[in-house]
Amino acid sequence: MSENRFLRFRATFAKTAAMRYTGHLDLHRAWERAFRRAGLPLAYSQGFHPQPKINLAAALPLGITSECEVGDFWLEQDLPLETIATALEAALPPGIRLLKIESVAPSAPALQTQLRAAEYEITLLDSPADLDAKIGDILQASSLPRQRRGRDYDLRPLIEALERLADDAEGRPRLLARLTAREAATGRPEEIVAALGLPIEAARIRRVRLIF
Amino acid sequence: MLTPAEIDSRLERILPTVQKPGRYTGGELNQAFKDWDAVETHVALVFPDIYDLGMSNLGLAILYDLLNQREDVWAERAYLPWVDMEAAMRAARLPLYSLESHHPLAAFDIVGVSLPYESLYTNLLNALDLAGIPLFSEQRNESHPLIVAGGQACFNPEPMHPFVDAFVIGEGEEVIGEIVDVYQAWRRSGQARAALLRALARLTGVYVPSLYEVHYRQDGVFTSIESLAEEAALPVIKRIVAKLPPPPTRFIVPYIETVHNRIPIEIMRGCTRGCRFCHAGMVNRPVRERPVAEIVSALQAALRATGYEEIGLLSLSSSDYTHIVELVRNIGETFANRHLGVSLPSLRIESFSVDLMEALRASRRGGFTLAPEAATEQMRAIINKPLQTRQLLDTAREIYARGWPTIKLYFMIGHPSETLADVQAIADLCKDVLAQGRQTIGKRASVHAGISTFVPKPHTPFQWAACDTPEQIRTKQALLKRELAVRNIELKWTKPEDTLLEAWLSRGDRRMSAVILRAWQLGAKFDAWQDQFNFAAWEQAFAESGLEAAFYTHRPRLPDETFPWDHISTGVRKKYLLEEYRRSQRGELRGDCRAQCMACGILPVFASLRRANPGEGWKCPEVRSPATDRQGKANG
Repeated sequence: MSENRFLRFRATFAKTAAMRYTGHLDLHRAWERAFRRAGLPLAYSQGFHPQPKINLAAALPLGITSECEVGDFWLEQDLPLETIATALEAALPPGIRLLKIESVAPSAPALQTQLRAAEYEITLLDSPADLDAKIGDILQASSLPRQRRGRDYDLRPLIEALERLADDAEGRPRLLARLTAREAATGRPEEIVAALGLPIEAARIRRVRLIF
Repeated sequence: MLTPAEIDSRLERILPTVQKPGRYTGGELNQAFKDWDAVETHVALVFPDIYDLGMSNLGLAILYDLLNQREDVWAERAYLPWVDMEAAMRAARLPLYSLESHHPLAAFDIVGVSLPYESLYTNLLNALDLAGIPLFSEQRNESHPLIVAGGQACFNPEPMHPFVDAFVIGEGEEVIGEIVDVYQAWRRSGQARAALLRALARLTGVYVPSLYEVHYRQDGVFTSIESLAEEAALPVIKRIVAKLPPPPTRFIVPYIETVHNRIPIEIMRGCTRGCRFCHAGMVNRPVRERPVAEIVSALQAALRATGYEEIGLLSLSSSDYTHIVELVRNIGETFANRHLGVSLPSLRIESFSVDLMEALRASRRGGFTLAPEAATEQMRAIINKPLQTRQLLDTAREIYARGWPTIKLYFMIGHPSETLADVQAIADLCKDVLAQGRQTIGKRASVHAGISTFVPKPHTPFQWAACDTPEQIRTKQALLKRELAVRNIELKWTKPEDTLLEAWLSRGDRRMSAVILRAWQLGAKFDAWQDQFNFAAWEQAFAESGLEAAFYTHRPRLPDETFPWDHISTGVRKKYLLEEYRRSQRGELRGDCRAQCMACGILPVFASLRRANPGEGWKCPEVRSPATDRQGKANG
């Protein structure tokens, strides 16, 4: 069967609750199993070890929840979108919620190549006294040299925006960070928390928008 | 005691800092969830190792399913945290909690622990400690959970006797419900804890160690066990189910990768082959099979409920399943084009097994596994696993020719009366198998040789035999390493220290409990993990206990010695085991008992159970005793 005979569709979904501790590969697996439970014929790649045709736009770092994940999926069978949505909703595991489903031209470019940036909402559990000053320091710095997995890189150019939002209902400070998300140039929100001088467990992070 | 909300708020801060936090959240698809206050009895099912392993344990999955079918019971899960999480939990004063409701384990009525193998013993102590539950049965009162343990290691429960309130000997499917019933009646009665233990001892297959006293000779040899209560039976006969109950299908689907991400289904329980080294083959008698239709419909239901991409057809000897051809064909047809992996372990070494794997469209990736266990026909007669070397080589050729580039060969060293020539034969046979591959598919062919060390297990014909000393093991392993340093042969072996620990713990008596406790206090835990195993702690624990390790492992036993586990009956007579040991010493084979009953003892012990449950499932052949013959004539 040629690629064009597959039905390609795009789903926007939330990843919350315990699902936030499911890594990118395991999330692929969770989707594959949801399709199997739903009885929807996911398309598989050809070859010796066929892989399900699932393409998720952007890996979400472990522990971060999201209201805006996007993925493309290919089915072997042409089905109405409503049928797919109904079947999937009943089969998704706790922590994945389907928000939107739309059709995509088979020839549309891969999601990863289109992604430009991502926005994160960061809630700080312990409110540091000099938070505004620290944010100012980050924004005024010409470079923020950091290390990740043994490699040096500059965090500063990856920060497109960093601002305070209104405190949450419990009076905890909230920030919005817009970070570049291109291949080989991806800002990670935990690094912002670290740049603020805070331990990772002192922050709750939520991805709120993917910008294509 | 912490509330679930308090536990959650501490977890919030801990989980982002540990490896694989998905082990510690619960909330997965298909978990059982109920209203805590609306349920009469709370059971925590514990696998005393990490989530990744525990989630793959079929025994607990079966009990979880059965218990949660009851409205008055909520069975939840708990596993041990890995060392990073344990440190974080201890620092935050966070007790071991259940994955479903996040209640502390100490809040449960019953804690059921699976002990399939001995290297989990220190982990059980660690789990109790992390839960804030007193380690010793005698220290626990009416406010503490009842600690019940079961699993294959419990056929010798003595090394863990002071820590466990009641052991389930044998199969748990029926007795677990009876234990809950007894517990509920006791709660309503308002009696003391001792009354609960005595009531539990009345159940068939339940061993309450505190109701017995043991005696030793002056030289340390165990002599006898005495019942201290009328409820405490001698011997304690194992529990079995006459017919395998319907298999569970709503398996919990983890958020993270675990050891086996698949649907496990037992196609058969027990084995009729009678390999003399095999603990599982002796203690799980009789053979009971599941009908093909039940297996296939359970698989369909389980695939719908889980979406898993792999199924595992489990048994001790798949080739012996009566309808194996029909089963394989049926599965192949029913699940064709579903991108489904099927594993069928424990196949006989014959070309027919290659046909079966082909019919299942099995992946070639993992290699084809064969377990000859010994390399000479003489040694195979000693262990009663007959096989012609020629047949092994022909099968190997067939496997390579049909697309598997790797053959995994499993052997054991340390069988009784083994010589270095027998070990050399293992190396030679590995090379001969590889040569078949070279001739068939050339340089792609490889052999993975897994060579473990034999431990004479209780309740087997070899229970009288001594274990190899570490020096003997090292000599044999050195030979293998030297001989098998060959391109395309990969050699794996068991460290002598691991074997010693397994031998001490599996052959231990009640005194061994002091060693286990001390080793745990000295830091031993996760003994099955190479990077955590702390052999020095065990050596020191032995030294401090005044027990001699070699007494347990390297002392051949006299035929009339009473073993510390003799009061636990697997249904197989000790006389039969001894007869088998003697036949082994003479190199005499014993055939498959499907064809002809060898009078191991199972049938008379469970005669009434079988009579009450007639049908095809139970595979012991019909035996006409003189008594039934007479009856037949009288009736005729």
